[in-house]
Amino acid sequence: MQRREWIYGWLLLLPAFALLAMFTHIPAVATFWDSFFSTPRGRREARFIGWENYERLLDDPIFWKVLTNNLWFALGTIPLSMILALAMALWVNKQFFGQGFLRMAYFTPTVLPLIAVANIWLFFYTPGFGLIDQILGLFGFAQTNLLGSPDTALGAVMAVTIWKEAGFFMIFYLAALQSIPPSLLEAAKIEGAGSWTTFRRIVFPLLMPTTLFVSINAVINSFRLVDHLFILTGGGPDNASSLLLFYIYETAFRFWDTAYGATLTVVMLVLLSLLAIGQFFLFDRKVHYQ
Amino acid sequence: MLARTLKTACAGSLFALGSLTSASAVDLQFYFPVAVGGKAAQTIEELTEEYVAANEGVTIDAVYAGSYQDTVAKVLTAARGGDAPQLSVILSVDMFTLIDEDLIMPFDDLVKTDEDREWLNAFYPAFMENSQTGGKTYGIPFQRSTPVLYWNKEAFAEAGLDPDTPPATWEEMVEFGKKLVKKDTSGNVERWGVRIPTSGFPYWLFQGLTTQNDVILANSDGNKTNFDDPKVVEALEYLISLNKEHGVMAPGIIEWGATPKAFFEGQTAMMWTTTGNLTNVRTNAPFDFGVAMLPANKRRGAPTGGGNFYLFKGSSDEELAAAFDFIKWISAPEQAAKWTIATGYVAPRPDTWETETMKAYTADFPPALVARDQLEHAVAELSTYENQRITRILNDALSAAITGQKDAATALKEAQAQADAILADYR
Repeated sequence: MQRREWIYGWLLLLPAFALLAMFTHIPAVATFWDSFFSTPRGRREARFIGWENYERLLDDPIFWKVLTNNLWFALGTIPLSMILALAMALWVNKQFFGQGFLRMAYFTPTVLPLIAVANIWLFFYTPGFGLIDQILGLFGFAQTNLLGSPDTALGAVMAVTIWKEAGFFMIFYLAALQSIPPSLLEAAKIEGAGSWTTFRRIVFPLLMPTTLFVSINAVINSFRLVDHLFILTGGGPDNASSLLLFYIYETAFRFWDTAYGATLTVVMLVLLSLLAIGQFFLFDRKVHYQ
Repeated sequence: MLARTLKTACAGSLFALGSLTSASAVDLQFYFPVAVGGKAAQTIEELTEEYVAANEGVTIDAVYAGSYQDTVAKVLTAARGGDAPQLSVILSVDMFTLIDEDLIMPFDDLVKTDEDREWLNAFYPAFMENSQTGGKTYGIPFQRSTPVLYWNKEAFAEAGLDPDTPPATWEEMVEFGKKLVKKDTSGNVERWGVRIPTSGFPYWLFQGLTTQNDVILANSDGNKTNFDDPKVVEALEYLISLNKEHGVMAPGIIEWGATPKAFFEGQTAMMWTTTGNLTNVRTNAPFDFGVAMLPANKRRGAPTGGGNFYLFKGSSDEELAAAFDFIKWISAPEQAAKWTIATGYVAPRPDTWETETMKAYTADFPPALVARDQLEHAVAELSTYENQRITRILNDALSAAITGQKDAATALKEAQAQADAILADYR
């Protein structure tokens, strides 16, 4: 009898496990394996080269550049989009006329594909006749070239990401806000707590599980969202706006250096795992689950 | 790697679908890219349908595969999954990469009759430079282009220049440019003199400048570059001076895609772009415009560009014969004329220009002849082994110099060192 249940359990797990193994675990292991070989070309087989790809990575200035860019990108987009998301959620959680419309407006960027978003922003950013320059022109400002200069390209790309992400995170915060028992808030009111104290002492702590969830997603997204780079800058000028995943794509599918692409992917996987684990351990103690 | 596994799986299932439906004699798969505005994709599909209708027993699945980059990526992925198309249009400069991947086969094996040999020899030599190596022909020129200078005649007249005389030299381009720059009352530029786009693949238009400065960027074996030649540095310094010194061009990186639009909007009085945009400009420019060869410095010069037909290994003899026949048909004068008129790409054979259709078209629209006439000054587009990576190195160096992060000589010297490190394996 007991044995039967054991089989039953595994059978239930099997579909999910097979899919996960096929599309996540096996490719991840294969990537790790590939990173110790040279890139096979039509005329030359792959051969075992040990740590050579990793040594090359340490000496690769573009790798360090995209990694630094990615850290700035994460630092710039994650806190801002989360704060914005929380502010928007608090705002549309109130009852007022047009509340439904405003919620939809905030959420719209999330529904649009990033490629489409990037094309819209490309028009905003275009020097001369783009929206930003047309508006600035009215006030007598000179032409800008935000995407075309190394100092501003990454910032311009980050703005698009924040615009896109904030609405998505807002939905989670909104759901969490609505699950806070009204009795707690009423109790706070009776005790004479002001709205800031209520937020700091009651609402925000109760939102911590959501904040943890959102922040992990935001970190992953900051390494995962590169679609707009293809449209906006192509990583340029001189890699000023290139990110790690974009560099991996270029290495693997433009230069066809698949072994080095695998090496870069391993670095990214390790980095993401460390960040996710770190967040769990760091935050978990401060998170209050109901 | 996940992506690779996924794509292999997709390619596999596509293959299964394909073999289910293959009832007729020969099924060909044909990938093509589209890199310009206008009716390119539609025209290729129409031509393919026309061929299939006239040739019983052959079906051709013409697959629009995105940009040039997307197309080569899709073809390589499909080939690695064991399901390469029989034929595809891919950048002529990817020839060495495709040879290195052992994917393409030379046309020489299929050229057996005198008639075929005559056909093969009738393409413009400038286009064949990028299509042959080691004495074999790997590519048949199809959507080939070359950059030309477009100028706004109304703007020229407004600036007191002769509207029918484009700049013929580098000095004239600067001199005209200075007159064409228009500023508003607060001193902001409303119209620039000239626009040489530098986003994405700046090396291509830059190669116009280097050729005019009488220097070649890479050898014909595709294993040695020449980036740090003083003449190359000089060409880059000229490009930078257009903004920094003379103020006739916008600062920073200039977007390739927005260039025709900027021209239509009057944001620039002259632009350098591909002749593949000719029909686009003709349709959309709200003013009288002219088309000229690129200005000369030490000599006239421009790179060629665009895509060739390639045949892929692993196809059966019947498939190859059918694919070869299709390529011969689509490059024949009547079809090539249709294609040229629809897009502006340069018809790759002299006999196309002799057809009645083309004669009528060029009589009505003489600018179409400029690109053809420029071919005698044209050189092969930069092409090497590991081409995407080598051009990327040059692109990065150009961007760094244009945005003022490095000076021209340092940037190019570093680029040459990086290219040498990669190409040493191929010598």
